[in-house]
Order: sequence, then C-alpha cells, then structure tokens
Amino acid sequence: MEFELVCGLETHIELSTKTKVFCGCSTAFGGEPNTRCCPVCLGLPGSLPKLNRQAVEYTVLAGLALGCSISPISHMDRKNYCYPDLPKAYQISQYDVPLCHDGQVVLSNGQVIRIERIHLEEDAGKLVHENGRTLVDYNRCGVPLIEIVTKPDFRSIEEAREYLELIQLTMRYIGISDCKMQEGSLRSDVNVSLRPKGSEELGTRTEIKNMNSFTFMERAIEYEAHRQAAILRAGEKVQQETLRYLPEENRTEPMRSKEDAKDYRFFPEPDLYAVAVPPEEVERLRESLPELPQTKENRYRQELGLSLEEARLLSRYRKIAEYFEGVLPHIQTPKNAANCILGQIFRRLKTEEDKEQAEIPVSPEALGELIQLLEGKKIRVDLLKKTLESMLDTGKGCMEFLTPEDLAGISFQQLREMCCQAVETNPKAVEDYRSGKEKALKALLGAVMRQSKGRADAAQAEKTLRELLTAPAARA
Amino acid sequence: MSVIRCLHRRLQKGELSPQELAAHFFSAIQKENPALNAYLHVCEETAKHQAEEAERQFANGSADELTGIPLALKDNLCVQGMPTTCGSRMLEHFSPVYDAAVWEQLSAKGAVLLGKTNMDEFAMGSSTETSFFGPVKNPRNPLLSPGGSSGGSAAAVAAGLAVGALGSDTGGSVRQPAAFCGITGLKPTYGAVSRWGLIAYASSLDQVGPMALCAEDTALLLARISANDSRDDTSRGLSQTADSLREPVTGKRVAILKEMLEGAEPVVVKAVEDTARRLRSLGVEIVEISLPFLQYTAPAYYIIACAEASSNLARYDGLRYGYRSEAPANSFHEFVCRNRQEGFGEEVRRRILMGTYVLSAGHHEQYYQRAKRIQIKLREELEAALEQVDFLLCPVCPKADFPAGETSKAPVTAYQADLCTAAANLSGLPAISVPTAVWENGHPVGVQLMGRAFADGELLHLAYWLETTGTRPPYPETIRVLLDGKEEF
Repeated sequence: MEFELVCGLETHIELSTKTKVFCGCSTAFGGEPNTRCCPVCLGLPGSLPKLNRQAVEYTVLAGLALGCSISPISHMDRKNYCYPDLPKAYQISQYDVPLCHDGQVVLSNGQVIRIERIHLEEDAGKLVHENGRTLVDYNRCGVPLIEIVTKPDFRSIEEAREYLELIQLTMRYIGISDCKMQEGSLRSDVNVSLRPKGSEELGTRTEIKNMNSFTFMERAIEYEAHRQAAILRAGEKVQQETLRYLPEENRTEPMRSKEDAKDYRFFPEPDLYAVAVPPEEVERLRESLPELPQTKENRYRQELGLSLEEARLLSRYRKIAEYFEGVLPHIQTPKNAANCILGQIFRRLKTEEDKEQAEIPVSPEALGELIQLLEGKKIRVDLLKKTLESMLDTGKGCMEFLTPEDLAGISFQQLREMCCQAVETNPKAVEDYRSGKEKALKALLGAVMRQSKGRADAAQAEKTLRELLTAPAARA
Repeated sequence: MSVIRCLHRRLQKGELSPQELAAHFFSAIQKENPALNAYLHVCEETAKHQAEEAERQFANGSADELTGIPLALKDNLCVQGMPTTCGSRMLEHFSPVYDAAVWEQLSAKGAVLLGKTNMDEFAMGSSTETSFFGPVKNPRNPLLSPGGSSGGSAAAVAAGLAVGALGSDTGGSVRQPAAFCGITGLKPTYGAVSRWGLIAYASSLDQVGPMALCAEDTALLLARISANDSRDDTSRGLSQTADSLREPVTGKRVAILKEMLEGAEPVVVKAVEDTARRLRSLGVEIVEISLPFLQYTAPAYYIIACAEASSNLARYDGLRYGYRSEAPANSFHEFVCRNRQEGFGEEVRRRILMGTYVLSAGHHEQYYQRAKRIQIKLREELEAALEQVDFLLCPVCPKADFPAGETSKAPVTAYQADLCTAAANLSGLPAISVPTAVWENGHPVGVQLMGRAFADGELLHLAYWLETTGTRPPYPETIRVLLDGKEEF
C-alpha cells in the first residue's frame, strides 16, 4: 500500500525582547549560570509576574506577518506540571484564547499551510548533566517564547523544510527573533502520521519533540515515516506518543513524559489581567511591518524583471533587500544592481550571519553612481567590476579609481580608426575571416580592445569590424 | 479612641520615645507570648534600628502618624532576611530576599516591626491551629480559638502585643479572627493593596488587610498600605481612604443579608439585630434583602481557592529552598513527593488534593468552571444590591466562637462557617469586621459590613460610628498604660 505523509509543525521561537516576559531580567543568550534571574523568574514565594508589553507586540507582529487574526482580548493561563527546570511548577502560557489565530502561509508549490494559532508563553530553564549530576540553569527561564502551531497541512519533508525556513526568514525580517537554531531560539516539534494515498482521514500521529536543526528535522520525519509505514504494513497500529530524535543513531525513541498522565490542569493566570490589543494598536503594528520577503520576491520578479533566483536571493535578507532598494532610485536597470550585489558583494559576505548583518562598505548611492557610469556608457562592465572591487576594498567612491581618460569614452570616429588600423595590421586574420573562419574576428576585436585599453564598446567594435571586412576589398 | 493618633501626639511631644515604646511591647511580648504563641519571630534588633530612624524622623520634622508605631506582620508577608514561614514546616528556614510592598510602605513611614505572627499553614484554616508551630490561644479566653488564619495578628493586637497588625484575607482570614478576638479587621477591595511579597494562597482572592483596636487605626493603616504597585498587575490602589470619619452617617442605607442569618447561632443573629437597631439610632435606614446566589458561596470559594492553591503551592518542591526530607529518593518525582509529604501539614495537603482534582481533565467543567460562573453571578447580585443600598450587614461567622481544637475534627463544618466572609473575596468587595458587643462569658462578638468596590473609606466611616455606639471589649492593659487617660473608649 502506498502511504501519504501528513505533518504538522509546532514551532517555538524565542523573542528578542531586551527583558524577560514577566520580569526585568536580561534575555541575552548564555551568561554564567543563574546570573540572569530574579525573584520573579525564579518563582520565589510572594513574587508576581508583570507582562512585558513588547512581547505582546512582537507576538502580534508575528501573527500579522503570517496572516493571522488578532484576539482583541486574550489572557494568560497556567500550564501546571512539575519539572526541575520550571521553578513555579507551572508555565505561564495561553490556552483557550491565543493572541493570534487563523493565519496561513503559501509555499512555492502553491500548498497552503494553515496557521492554527500563535500564543505567547515563557521559556523554562535548562538542565545541565555533568559528572553524573544534574544542575539547573535558570537564565533562560522566563524568556518570551511564541509557539506557532500549524494544521496538519504538510505532505512532504520538503514542504516542512520550506515552511520552517520561511518562518525563520520572516521572523528575522520583522525583527522579533534572531531564530538561531543552534542557540535554541528556533526549535520545532513535528507531528507525523501516515494515511493510505487518497484517504481523507488522518492517521494516528506521533510527535517528535524539539528539533533544533533543519537536517535533523528532515531525517527525523523520514525515519518516522518509514517506521510508521513498517508498522502499518505489518497490520499493526501506530501508538500515539511523544518521541525524541537521536541524531547520532538516526532514530526516534519514546520520551519519558514529564508526567505520567499528561494533564496540565490549565486555568486562567490569576496574577495577570486580560491582555487587550485594541484594533488601533493592531493597525499601528500592521503599518510598522516591513514588506515581507515573499511579497518582495514577487515584486522583484514582476516589476523589476529579475529572475526567480535573483529575486529570492535579494529578498532573503532584509538588509540586503534594503540595500538593493537603496540603489534603485539612482539607476535605470534594476538588473545591474542585482548583478553587482549577487556577484561581487555576496562573494564578500561569506556566512549567513554576514548576509543578515549586510555590512557593505559602499553605500547604495555610491554603487548607484558607479552603475550610472555603466548605463551612460561611460565605462564598460569589466571596468565597473574592477572599480567596484577597489571600492569594496577601501570604502571610497568610484571617482577615486577612474581617470578622466577612463571616463572620456571613445567617439565613433576614434573607434572606426582603431578598427581600420586593426584590419590593416592583421592581414592574416582578415584573410582567415574572409575565407569563412568566423573565429578570426575575435583576434581583430582583441586588437581593438587592446588599443582602446578596454574602453571600446565591444559590440560596436564588432559591428564596425564586420562592416569593414564585408565591404568590397577594393575599399580596404 | 485612636491609639495610633494618641501615641503619635505623645511621641511628637517627646513624652515617649520610639525606643521606649518598642521596649514596652517587647517586654509585654516576652511575658505573654509563650502562653499565646501569637508571634513566631520577634525582631528586637532590627526594631532598635527602626526606632532610631523613627526618632530621626521626629527630630527633622518628617514624621508620619505611623512613625515609631510598633506593628506586627502575619508570617506570610516577606521581610528581607527575616524568617517568613507561612506557619509551615516547608518554609521553616526560608528567608526572603525582598520586602513585601506593604512593609516597604510602612517602613518608609518609620513604623517599627515587632515580629512575625503565627497563622494557619499557608493561611489555610480558620482557627490558627493548622500552624506547624502550634496553635494560637485566644487572649480573651484560652479555651477558645482566636479564629484564623490571621489568628496570630488578631491575638497580638487584642492582647496589646502590637498597636496594629497586618493579616491576609482570602476567605475571611482577617475578619473572622478580628471578630473572635474583639478587634477591627478590614478586607480591602481586591486590588486596593499590592500583593507583592504576600506569599500566595489563592491569588485572585488574597488581599492584605489591616487589623487594629478601632476603625480609625484601621483606616490609618489602610491609608499607608493601599497603593497602585506596578509590580502587582491586579493592584489599583485607593483614591480615598477615610479622611472624614467624623462626618455624620445620617441617611445612609444598609441592607441585612437574610441568607446569612439562616443557620447562624442565636447570639450571632442577635448581634446583627442589635447592630441594626444602633445604626437606626444614628439615622441609618435599614432594609432586608435576599440574594439567592449567596447559598453557593462556600463551595464556590473552596473550589476556586483550592484550585489556585494547588498551583501556587506546587513550587514548593524542596529543590531550591524549603523543607527537604532526610529520606533518600531515587527520582526527582520521589524527591518532590517526600519533601511535600513531610513538609506540608494535613490541611494543606487536603486542599492541594481538592484543587488538583477540581482542575483535572473531566472535572474542570463540573467544578472549576461552574464555581467561576457562580462567582460572576454572586458578584452581579452583590453589586446590584449595592446600587440600592450603601452597605450590606451580616454576621462575620455563623458561630460565635470555635472551641480550641474543634475545627480540625470537622473540617467540612469549618469550611461552611466561611460562608459569610468568603462572599466579599469572591466578589472582590471590601468588608470589615467590627466588634460590637461582649457576651456574659466575656467573649466578644462582631458584625460584618460590606461596601462598594474601592469605597473602603466609606466602610471605615460607618464602622467608626458603629463603634461609638456599642459596648466593646476594653483596650488591653499594655495599651491603656500608654494612653494619657483622655483616650478611654
């Protein structure tokens, strides 16, 4: 029997607010263990939480970026469970009324992924196992997290990956999280189930917890799909359970659940009043959103005439896109800017981090000025490239590297003279060309370019040479 | 009548120094506390420094009416570096790293802290007998319970071992011991006082309340502790407390809550009727009303309070602080179970179990959600009634007293006795317990008045006038010797 894969994702993203969600402690990653905590995030007796309004705004921004509706009134709930990394023995989260609900994203193949909800909650501390002991670090405790829950709308591993990449990209774009998987600020649970191809019913699912790498997620889904297929083919039933993925062994195993029976006994957090997000605030936040990467990509293709690949790369990093758009007012052909950025500038931004930061020593205006020279036919492409390299090396403007001679250009008369000279001084090549050897023209063209020190318009030179060579020999 | 105002005048005139005043109370505590067990911790050293600071405030003219006034705090209010046990073995050696908001405010005014008072474990009880550190005796009659859970604070004030005290009231824990000990106790409007540093029992119902010998002192304490504290999301503060207690109350309307007289002991009913008569003599109009949802008060209160408590108390696992069992454990789960089993007393464990049960899947709708709906209905009924009248009058407790040791034998009967007080917690409304009479056996009896939300000042105003008409227990000897004679009640 052939099976269809069905996946849903629950993605946790740490918000990059300066302070924690219910107290004033720093959210910076790392730090000496237990140095970024206070009575509130340690849940000391008598302490009370106070909701960080910026965390609410960030959550709403995430919701708006993913097409969600925003709840005008929501509230926080307590999720009760006992675990050493959770000092209050409950996590303040949202249960029945999340801040955002009913959004969607569309993947490149047209598949619509429905977002069920996005809610705000607090992160727990971290257990550190060393020398047979377990230590607890509460620095991360109380860092704001959002959980983005999709419907089971993924039909392939590739879709799951594309979605997660898009989420990462979008959240970075709107500036609410750095989404670093290796630091745990982006991690995802995946629900996996199989069903016979063509069936509309959902099969029994398993949940693989806390994947913190794209590759591991792909492998885990693949492994889990095979495991479930084997079970189903043997006529047995898949157990609904929570699994962890072991990357070294490339397999999943059941997790010891945090409590034997999973009953979180949710109830509204009595220490906090309801969270109100009035429509005016939603509108203000909506207006503050930047143009999102998918919209940009489409616009670059449709309005600026860029290729899919170019549009995707340029829209992928917010600062690169802003740089690109900063060049546009100064030039005529967007493609010229795209070429400079995706070629020479990208070569210098080696890591993802570099591209995120996009620290480019040449301002968009300065690049625009250089491209103008090309578009005004003052310089040729190879000189542009050479000049741009010097500009990127030094941060200086293009005029520092171009001589008056470089910019003088070559008149039609000068070009014609150079071409005549090339023809006269290369009789062999002329002979070859006339006898049908097309390649011989290259040698003549080379001579013209050498003489003009590369300033000649190669196309114009070629055209002139052809005219000279096809004219009656008597004239030559 | 105001002990605080009289002491303030004497301090200001220099007839008495803050140090002398504190010493007077410490010597009384030393003499009487061993029998009463009202204080769990006495802080003579820090009090000395506070008295010195008070003296400076008098010297430089920045003294407040509370400056140099010796007070006590219930042992669920955090004071930095001082034991704060909640009457529990679980927190026997716990010492907070910060001050409760209420103590921050009082100490800023130069008040002097005498010590921390005994209480029912985690404020769960109405007799101060569930304390890990032993029961408190009623200073009026050692065979009777002082009430609870703020029984230590009530006993300390009634015995003259403090000028005033703070308690906490989740279902009646300030008002009921105040009535049993013959003093005044106010449960402010929910949100009038910051809960920052109050160790939670049931967060949506808990409120810190002042306890004193009279309404005027209660008002003075309330004025200092009410605040809109940015650290407590639920705090709002009060715009007015009680500036004009002496204005007449003629023309006010008071309704007696019928349901709360049903099943009450005859002496309790008589106290309410007597109060009504005396209010009429002050020109107050008295009516009777019936609110059907009042009958569900006790079950709704216990469901909500226990639900929140089960979550609030889940943090006491013995890992970071608190009681740790000697018995070896093979897992985190076992470690936590042992610590909690040994660290919590029976009543606390019972309420945690009840709370866990009412929140668990399958029972949530039947208990917790129903109780929340009853709470809303009850609040609507009370608020509607308070549009017709200015105040509601009812008993503090259907029983006039609890014989010592009785409540632990019949916990459910004791739960039902919270019916009169818990309505104010469920609705968030302010309520005050006023001593109005002394029976032949010498035992005091009080009545309860409820008012509109954030109209705590008006409530104190009526209480002040009611006190002027009644027979009430005399001030304790320790206090009387401090007054200049003109202040006799």
